[in-house]
Amino acid sequence: MDFELSEEQSLLKDSIDRFVLDHYSSEARIKLSETDLGFSRDHWKTMAELGWLGMPFSEEVGGFGGSPVETMIMMESMGKGLVLEPFFSTVILSGALVAEAGSPAQIEAIIPEVIEGNLMLAFGYAEAQSRFNLSDVETTATKSGDSYKINGHKAVVYHGGTADKIIVSARTSGNSRDEDGISLFIINNDAAGVDIQSYRTVDGQQAADIRLDNAEGELLGKEGKAFPIIEKVTDNAIGALCAEAVGAMAAANEITNEYLKTRKQFGVAIGKFQVLQHRMVDMYMEAEQSKSMSDMVAMKLALGYEVDTKKAVSATKAQIGKAAKFVGQQSVQLHGGMGMTDEYSIGHYFKRLSTIEMLFGNTDYHLNRYSNLS
Amino acid sequence: MGTGDALVNNGETPMDLSFRDEDLAFQAEVREFIDKKLPQDVKERYDRGLHFSKEGQVQWQKALYYNGWIAPNWPVEYGGTGWSITQKFIFSQELGRASAPPPIPFGVSMVGPVIYTFGNQEQKDKFLPGILNSDDWWCQGYSEPGSGSDLASLQTKAVRDGDDYVVNGQKIWTSHAQHADWIFCLVRTDSNVKHQEGISFLLIDMKTPGITLKPIIGLDKEHTLNEVFFDDVRVPVANRIGEENKGWTYAKFLLGNERTSIARVAQSKRHVERLREIAKQERVNGGLLEDDRDFMRKLNLIEVDLMALEYTELRMLSMIEAGKKLSAEPSLLKIKGTEIQQRLTELLVESLGMYGAPYEALKKYEGRNEAPVGPDYAHGPMAEHLYLRAASIYGGSNEIQRNIISKMVLGL
Repeated sequence: MDFELSEEQSLLKDSIDRFVLDHYSSEARIKLSETDLGFSRDHWKTMAELGWLGMPFSEEVGGFGGSPVETMIMMESMGKGLVLEPFFSTVILSGALVAEAGSPAQIEAIIPEVIEGNLMLAFGYAEAQSRFNLSDVETTATKSGDSYKINGHKAVVYHGGTADKIIVSARTSGNSRDEDGISLFIINNDAAGVDIQSYRTVDGQQAADIRLDNAEGELLGKEGKAFPIIEKVTDNAIGALCAEAVGAMAAANEITNEYLKTRKQFGVAIGKFQVLQHRMVDMYMEAEQSKSMSDMVAMKLALGYEVDTKKAVSATKAQIGKAAKFVGQQSVQLHGGMGMTDEYSIGHYFKRLSTIEMLFGNTDYHLNRYSNLS
Repeated sequence: MGTGDALVNNGETPMDLSFRDEDLAFQAEVREFIDKKLPQDVKERYDRGLHFSKEGQVQWQKALYYNGWIAPNWPVEYGGTGWSITQKFIFSQELGRASAPPPIPFGVSMVGPVIYTFGNQEQKDKFLPGILNSDDWWCQGYSEPGSGSDLASLQTKAVRDGDDYVVNGQKIWTSHAQHADWIFCLVRTDSNVKHQEGISFLLIDMKTPGITLKPIIGLDKEHTLNEVFFDDVRVPVANRIGEENKGWTYAKFLLGNERTSIARVAQSKRHVERLREIAKQERVNGGLLEDDRDFMRKLNLIEVDLMALEYTELRMLSMIEAGKKLSAEPSLLKIKGTEIQQRLTELLVESLGMYGAPYEALKKYEGRNEAPVGPDYAHGPMAEHLYLRAASIYGGSNEIQRNIISKMVLGL
């Protein structure tokens, strides 16, 4: 048991911290998020050149064989700058689905392209009625020759509008909410019958609602048996998202703490008021407790995937959801009127922390899941 | 199914939670030891949250001592175990799991480290063996009637007279002083400087003429607290730790250790388990309490917070082991740990429904030869709930801890 980073891990952390420092000033991020694309292809190229896009993939396919611990390190550092490039959607979520479920040919065709930065992916799992239940799938797929025809509506697919290929879950058998009978498909973004409605999300990112009308899909993995893979990949992704929140909370706390030292009222820095000091301490403690959970879950995920791992993931998401709301909201509060402006950075942390609380199941959802697994 | 191994889950990373084979063997050894050596009465009292009996506690602590396990956090040269953080983690987990109490903190966790860190050779030789083998019991003379959170304002005076100090004054809230052979005391040796700069740290034999005790009966109707009066008490200068007027430094060092030890993660984990056991037995609305979503939600929330605390403690231990200096991080453990203890004992009382009201405290337990009122598990939670209202007050109140973090970590 060891919580300290190795030298290599420290170097990885430093290189991402440096990238964030160089490219993700508050002004630069706001500008970038308001472009049509919503992120920078140049940054994406840099990430590929630095090897980040290959971190979790095996060396056989050109990756670096990093564990969930390396993912945690990367996501935490990216969280500090609220990085906009679709690293999470492409590499951590969709790339992992291909690596876990794909045939050798599919892996060979897709993963090296992802690592090179030539291919972006997105994963459509949610539907309007499903909320956070991954097995509530009403989108259907029927076999037609060598491929499948997909029909349905995938909701709030992060980076769905910019991805070259979209992976979706669809039902090949069973009733809605059955775990059995769910399959994964790869769909090209320009295929016939694919209607992508892109929009901005509150956290400065982009998502899309995707309507599929007899769209052609390529089966990824075994027909009807995708659920355990979706659950495992999603749990790993939740670990990564929690690390992003830990980075964002650390940054929000640092900015707020600095503000308390400089903002003066009644003739003194407002950080001299005990009521604000204690609030700031509570924010600090929530962030520290969250960091501990994020580290713990990364290390557990690195050891394998058991019921105990699922419990740990849900406990972590519940803690971090709670903390993310508290830290985000109180950061705005302690900034007073300044916290309400879109121009100042703190509100952007609040908004991203709020969506992280919701993504892949909010605090209530994960407390319930934790309880059901106990 | 696909190849799967394109995504590498490599457990051999330096940042790693895994247990090695020797760790698992160690776990088995600890389990077997506790199973053989933990007296039943000690176990039962601790599990119910009742106060210890000195006799049972000494027997258990001596068993730990003879096995070399009484002071895992001490340096090996003074009697520590030299365990890795994994082994310390396993040891405390196993104690909690078996409802085995850790040693009473005043000797092993509090004054012991002060003596081996700041004491001279003579003091180490004189005091450390009695702390380790539990022949000497200690209590803590810090708080005074006028000095609670503002501890440095303390007024108990020690005036030099030849090779002795003559001590006059009063300490209060002194836990378990009635069992103690020695008291470590903060006394004022200089009244003409800043409060913190005129304090010395003395070790005083409780049998010295001029010391009188007065019990304070607590909310839980038990006698754990005391007032200690000093009336011309002569204490050899040889019993002063370190330099005169530098006692505040040693006192703060001790408080840092105290805060870490009162997080009590393993015991809280056992409380979670007890709550689950009770929820399987308590009936509600024709079903069981474990089917009550509101109740279980509260329990699950505490469990999540406790898990976060557990890994925060481990993370800090790991930092210490890596040679990093902590500042006020132990205050976080103190705040979160005591909040969780209080929420757990509150929920334990709540789990009993109406049987939270009959009050079967320690005296009944000691003398009883008939079954207590209500279910057996109803005997204990209220007493502990009452007693643990002190948890957010002692060791520096949780509000003081927030002040410390604010100053030391946040620089406000």
